[in-house]
Amino acid sequence: MTTQDKDTIYKTDALIAEDIDAYLETHQHKTMLRFITCGSVDDGKSTLIGRLLYDSKMIFEDQLATLEADSKRVGTQGEGIDFALLVDGLAAEREQGITIDVAYRFFTTEKRKFIVADTPGHEQYTRNMVTGASTADLAVILIDARKGVLTQTKRHSYLVHLLGIKNIVLAVNKMDLVDYSQEVFDEIVADYTTFAQSIGIEAFVPIPISGYMGDNITAPSENTPWYSGTALLPHLETVEIDSTKEPQEAPFRMPVQWVNRPNLDFRGFAGLIASGRVQPGDPVRVLPSGKTSKVARVVTFDGDRAMAVAGEAVTLTLEDEIDCSRGQVIVAAQAPLEVADQFESTVIWMDEHEMVPGRAYWLKIGTQTVSATVQHPKYEVNVNTQEHMAAKTLDLNAIGVANVTTDREIPFAPYGENHDLGGFILIDKMTNQTVAAGMINFALRRAQNIHWQATDITRDDHAAMKNQKPAVIWLTGLSGSGKSTIANIVEKKLARMNRHTFLLDGDNVRHGLNKDLGFTEADRIENIRRVGEVAKLMTDAGLIVITAFISPFRSEREMVRQMMQPGEFVEVFVDTPLEVAESRDVKGLYAKARAGQLKNFTGIDSPYEAPEGAELRIDTTEMTPEQAADLIIARLIP
Amino acid sequence: MSLKSLTHLQRLEAESIHILREVAAEAQNPVMLYSVGKDSAVMLHLAKKAFYPAPPPFPLMHVDTTWKFQDMYKLRDKAAADAGMELIVYQNPEAKEKGINPFDHGSLHTDMWKTEGLKQALDKYGFDAAFGGARRDEEKSRAKERVFSFRTASHRWDPKNQRPELWRLYNARKNKGESMRVFPISNWTELDIWQYIHLEGIEIVPLYMAEERPTVERDGMLLMVDDDRFPLKDGETPVMRSIRFRTLGCYPLTGAVESTAKTLPEVIQETLLTTTSERQGRAIDHDQAASMEKKKQEGYF
Repeated sequence: MTTQDKDTIYKTDALIAEDIDAYLETHQHKTMLRFITCGSVDDGKSTLIGRLLYDSKMIFEDQLATLEADSKRVGTQGEGIDFALLVDGLAAEREQGITIDVAYRFFTTEKRKFIVADTPGHEQYTRNMVTGASTADLAVILIDARKGVLTQTKRHSYLVHLLGIKNIVLAVNKMDLVDYSQEVFDEIVADYTTFAQSIGIEAFVPIPISGYMGDNITAPSENTPWYSGTALLPHLETVEIDSTKEPQEAPFRMPVQWVNRPNLDFRGFAGLIASGRVQPGDPVRVLPSGKTSKVARVVTFDGDRAMAVAGEAVTLTLEDEIDCSRGQVIVAAQAPLEVADQFESTVIWMDEHEMVPGRAYWLKIGTQTVSATVQHPKYEVNVNTQEHMAAKTLDLNAIGVANVTTDREIPFAPYGENHDLGGFILIDKMTNQTVAAGMINFALRRAQNIHWQATDITRDDHAAMKNQKPAVIWLTGLSGSGKSTIANIVEKKLARMNRHTFLLDGDNVRHGLNKDLGFTEADRIENIRRVGEVAKLMTDAGLIVITAFISPFRSEREMVRQMMQPGEFVEVFVDTPLEVAESRDVKGLYAKARAGQLKNFTGIDSPYEAPEGAELRIDTTEMTPEQAADLIIARLIP
Repeated sequence: MSLKSLTHLQRLEAESIHILREVAAEAQNPVMLYSVGKDSAVMLHLAKKAFYPAPPPFPLMHVDTTWKFQDMYKLRDKAAADAGMELIVYQNPEAKEKGINPFDHGSLHTDMWKTEGLKQALDKYGFDAAFGGARRDEEKSRAKERVFSFRTASHRWDPKNQRPELWRLYNARKNKGESMRVFPISNWTELDIWQYIHLEGIEIVPLYMAEERPTVERDGMLLMVDDDRFPLKDGETPVMRSIRFRTLGCYPLTGAVESTAKTLPEVIQETLLTTTSERQGRAIDHDQAASMEKKKQEGYF
C-alpha cells in the first residue's frame, strides 16, 4: 500500500482545514458499526486493532511517543512499533502479555464510527467472547495463515453464530509470512467453508491481510494481486448491517422501561424500541395483560415525532388509561408476542460457582426481572467440537441447553428473532452476581396448554371456614437443633386452641413424597421445593403448616417464601451451635458423618447458611422447647 | 418499506438514554455527578432527554474542590436551574479546614478534595448509584471499564469482581452498602462529544473557546491565572495569551493550549488537526504509569 492511497482515503485534513462545516455535516450522517475481533493468542488480533487505530489516525502524538517507548521496553517486535501495546490495557495484563477481559476501542472514518470489542482467545474466556459478541453487528474472525483453521477458530465461529451475528469476516492474517500465497489462502477458505456450513453459518467474507505490514487493511495490497475483493476497512465501512436492518422490518415491540408521570395530565411509557416502527394512531396491545389501546403521541425532548423506529429511545402516550408498568411490553395489536413461563434455552454459564439445577435465580429479560429456575441440562455443547455431551450441571464457560421456568408468564421472542426480547441474564439471588447469559429457543408447549383452573371455593373461603389465617411456620436449623421437638409442641398447643394445623417433618417426608431424593445439593433443593409446594397447597386449604427441615440454603428458603402469600411465611431460625447439636446427637448421625459414613452432612461437610432476615430466632441454649413454642405462637396469634 | 438508518450519534444517544432510565428504575437513590466539563454537559443533556417532559428524577452533585475556574461555577448553577434539578455542592470539610490546595499539596489535593470528597458525599447522602461522565476512549485502562461499575462498601473497585454486560441488560442489583458508578457515555469519543454539543446547541463553559486570558508558563504547561489565589513565583508576570482549554479541572492543574479557535466548529477543527491526546492537559495523569487505574481502584473516577 502506498502512502498516497492512505492519504486520499483516510486522511481528511484537507477538508477539515478548508471547510469544517462541510466536514461536520458529513460526519453527522455517519452510521455506526460495532464489531468483535476473535482470534487465538498469537493470531495478531491486538496488532490488527492497533493498526486500524493507527491508520485511521486515532493515535495522537503523545500516545505514539508512549507507544514507541513501550515497544522498546516490552514489545515483541524488536525495534519496530508493537501495535498490540496500544490496545492491551490493564497494567497487570500488559506484563503477562495477554488480554484478559473485554476492551472496547473506537475509531472513525469518513463513513462510519466503529466500536471494536477486543476479547481474548483463551479457552477459559468463553464468557468474555460471548459478552463482546452480544452487542456486535459483525465479527472479524482471525486466522494465522501459517496455521489454518484451528480448534480455536471453530470455537470462535460457533460462539459468533450462537450469538446470532450474521455479518462475518474471515481475516486470514500474517499473509506476509506465507509469501502472500494464493494457494494457502484458497485452501484455508475451502477448509473454513466446509466447517462454516456444518454449523449453519450461511455466508462470510474472506480477506487476506497482514496486520503487521498493513496489507489489505485500508486499501488493496500490491502483494496480493490475485485478490480482487475489497480491503478490510472499506468492507467494514460499506457492509450492510443485518442487525440494525432486520429489527426495523419486524412488528412493533417496545419493553416499557419507565413510566413517566410528571403530573396528572401526562402518563408516558418510556422505552427503547426493540423492533418495528410506531406512529400515532397505531393500535397496540400491552403484554402480558393483553389490554389494547392506540398510540396517542410519540414524545421526545425534540418534539413529537410522526414515526419512530427500532433502536430509538422514545416515550409513548396511549389514548386510553390502561394499566402498564415497567417490564411489560407494548406491541403491535395485530401481531402480539408469545407469552409463556417455560422455555427451552441455551445457557452460557459465567460464574465460578456451577449452576445449581432447581435453584431460583433472578432472570432479567428486556426490562423485566422475574424469579426463574433452570432444570438439569438436556446436554452440554463441547465448544471445540460442537458435540453434545451429557451433563448434570454447567460450570464456568460451559454452554448447554436446558429448560427454564419463570414464576410468572413473560412476553418474549425466540432469540433468533430478536435479541432484546429473547436474550436474558441470570443473577444469583445471594451474591447478586450475573452468573449466566441465556437465549430463549422456544416456549415449551407444556406451559402454554395447561391453564390455571379457577375453582369456586377460594382460599379465602377455606380459611374463613376454619376461622383462622393460614401460615407456614418454617423451622430451619442444624440436625439435632431441636426443630422437630419444638414443632411438635407448637402443633399440640395450636390444636388445643382449636386451630387447624399440619406438621411436615423432614424425616417423614423423605419416607414418601421425597423418597427418590438423596442428599446432594440438587436433591436437597428439590426436597425443599416439593415441601414448599405442598405447604402452599395446604395454606390454600386454609391450614397452619408447621415444617421442620434443616433447609440449609438461603436461596431455597427464599424461594419458598416467594411461593407464599405476603406475610404468611414465618421463618424461625432454631439457632443451636454445632458443638451443642453434635454433643446431643440424638440419632447418632454426627458420629456417622464424622466417621465418613454419611456424606453431605450439614455442618460437617456441607454448609449451613444461617438466615439473615428470619422473623424469629430461637437460641436453644437459653430457651426450653416449651418457651420456644410459646414465642412462636405469640408471633402467630398476637 | 424504506428503512431509516440511524446515525452514530442517534445510536449513541439512544444507548445512553436507555442506561439513564435503567438506573432511575432500579437504583434506590441515584445521583448524577456533575463536573461542569463538556462530558458532564452532554450527560446532563441526555438525562433531560431521557425523562422529558419530567425533569430527571435525581439530583446533580458537584464534588467541589473550591479551585474550579470561576466560569465553571457560573455555568454549574445555571445548568442545574435550567434542568429543574436539585444541585448538591459538596466540599470535603477536612480539606477545607486544612486549606488543601493544588499549589502546596500536589496530588494530595486530588486525593482529599476529589477522591475522599466523593466518598464522603456518597456516604453522607446514601447514594447507591452515581452517574459519571467517563468515557472508554479517554485512557487505555478505561477501555475495559463496565458501564455499571461496582464498588465495595468502602468504595473500592475490584477489577476481578465486575459483572459481564450482555446485550442491553444491566444487572443493577447489589448488596447492602455496595454502590455502583454508572457511565452512560462510555461509548462516546471526544469527537462524538464535540459533534453532539455542536448539533444540539448544548451550553458549555466559555473556557473551551479561545480568548485573551492572563497566563503563566510553568513546567511546560500554560496555566491561567483565574483569580488572586494564584501564587506567582519570583519573576513571573501573567501574560495575555489567546488560549483555550481541552479539558477543565482545577485551574492550577489544568494546562491550556494556545489557540485562536473562537467558535465551536473552529474548536472541533483544531481538535481534529491536533496531535496530542486530550488528557495530556491534566497534570494528575503524569504521576506514574497506569496512574488512572490506580486512582480508579482507590475510588476516584
